[in-house]
Amino acid sequence: MASAILSSFNKYMEIAGDQVLFTARFARNIFRGGFEWGEFLRQCFIVGYKSIGLVGITGFIVGFVLTLQTQPTLKAFGAQSFVPSMIAISIIREIGPVIIALICAGKIASSIGAELGSMKVTEQIDAMEVSSANPVQYLVVTRILACTVMVPLLTIMADGLALLGGYVGVNIQDHVSFSLFFRKSFAALEFSDVMPALIKTFFFGYAIGFVGCYKGYHSKRGTESVGLAANSAVVSASLWIILLDAIAVQITNMIVY
Amino acid sequence: MNDTNTQEQEVVTQDTDHVVVRIQHLKKSFGDNEVLKDINLELHKGENIVVLGRSGQGKSVTIQCIAGLMLQDEGSLEVLGKEVKEMTRSELREMRIRIGFLFQSGALYDSMTVRENLSFPLTRVLKLKDKQEIEKRIHESLESVGLEDAIDKYPSDLSGGMRKRVGLARTLILRPEIMLYDEPTTGLDPITSREISELIVALQEKYDTSSIIITHDMPCARITADRIVVMNDGKYIATGTYDELAKSPDELVHNFFK
Repeated sequence: MASAILSSFNKYMEIAGDQVLFTARFARNIFRGGFEWGEFLRQCFIVGYKSIGLVGITGFIVGFVLTLQTQPTLKAFGAQSFVPSMIAISIIREIGPVIIALICAGKIASSIGAELGSMKVTEQIDAMEVSSANPVQYLVVTRILACTVMVPLLTIMADGLALLGGYVGVNIQDHVSFSLFFRKSFAALEFSDVMPALIKTFFFGYAIGFVGCYKGYHSKRGTESVGLAANSAVVSASLWIILLDAIAVQITNMIVY
Repeated sequence: MNDTNTQEQEVVTQDTDHVVVRIQHLKKSFGDNEVLKDINLELHKGENIVVLGRSGQGKSVTIQCIAGLMLQDEGSLEVLGKEVKEMTRSELREMRIRIGFLFQSGALYDSMTVRENLSFPLTRVLKLKDKQEIEKRIHESLESVGLEDAIDKYPSDLSGGMRKRVGLARTLILRPEIMLYDEPTTGLDPITSREISELIVALQEKYDTSSIIITHDMPCARITADRIVVMNDGKYIATGTYDELAKSPDELVHNFFK
């Protein structure tokens, strides 16, 4: 029993050490000359543009459902006028960033994990390495940076659509004008609500890109490992998002309150 | 007498100078599985060596060690006069520019067209900027493998043989001094296999490369080999020309030539 615990601890520490080295390789290659702008922009297109539909629909429905669920309770206390502010604060501070990051973990981390995993299996990464090209600079740096940049933008878009969903939800039972709903929503928001939420989305984006690249780049040989890389990329990225969120909330509370 | 000695000495010295890959007592294990037990080999400039052996004998591991994709556990491995294990990152990079590696699958970058596959090492490794020069070298390389028409195709649109040819063109575009072929004809029909084998010889003559060819395809070995080494149980058990080994009394060696 003790030896099993020790062995799994050692394995965990080995993976952690490996991830630190991979982070160092990533960081070193950002500042190396010859940044792959073309590949970076292509990845921004894949990560950002191709996720707009999924993220947009998710954001809208989250806002819509949240409104339908909370409106009757607030109405029972005669507090229906607080619906826009409640929706805005909960969406922008917490629900928007976390849900969108989890959706992106499912879509983007898995696709990066599978893509790099299959490149590893078909020896494409070895081919880059053996020709003296730099696979980390071309494959890893571009993907991680694209995720770090695009996930916050997707979250901002989804937050907007979630508020729109909230507006539609409110208007199913009551009538509130568009301008009144959004005025009340934005009036409730403070700098301390928006900035920490925005900052943590950069970390979520980094985690999604990093985990996807790490799992794909370190996948073993064989087709089965491609599926495993994709699957473990989603699981690990989701876990990282939840952990980072807990840390971010603690830091925000310490600084703001 | 003195003259003969001097001449002999010169031949030996010249021979040693022209060794581009020297492997001595190379050992490599994966966990408890000892794949390479005692490998000794010298590849001379302009020579084509074919390594024959059954699957799972560690033939590919040897050339992956030469390319620095994995490090040996024991023994010495010198490529172009330098010990691979002791190379710094930049020395390894320079060494890799001078060697070419054709993977079993071709290892073409599947998100890129043939043109992009070929321009990748030119722009990333040789840092070429001149578009005309890049285009010229791409066309030249594709022409040498007879695939100029495939320039704008994606790897998924190519047949197995065409992929191998493009892989060969991509490798040769950096003008390597040493070529490492990992089962270049595996999975191809006999006619295409023969074409690829003949292409290997033609390109070796054109670019004056030295090659190690891993295969268990006997027609390929016959066409390409100056010298054949037979591998069994992590060791090289026989070496010689195709005709010499075909007459070998050793059953293990002889079985390959039946």
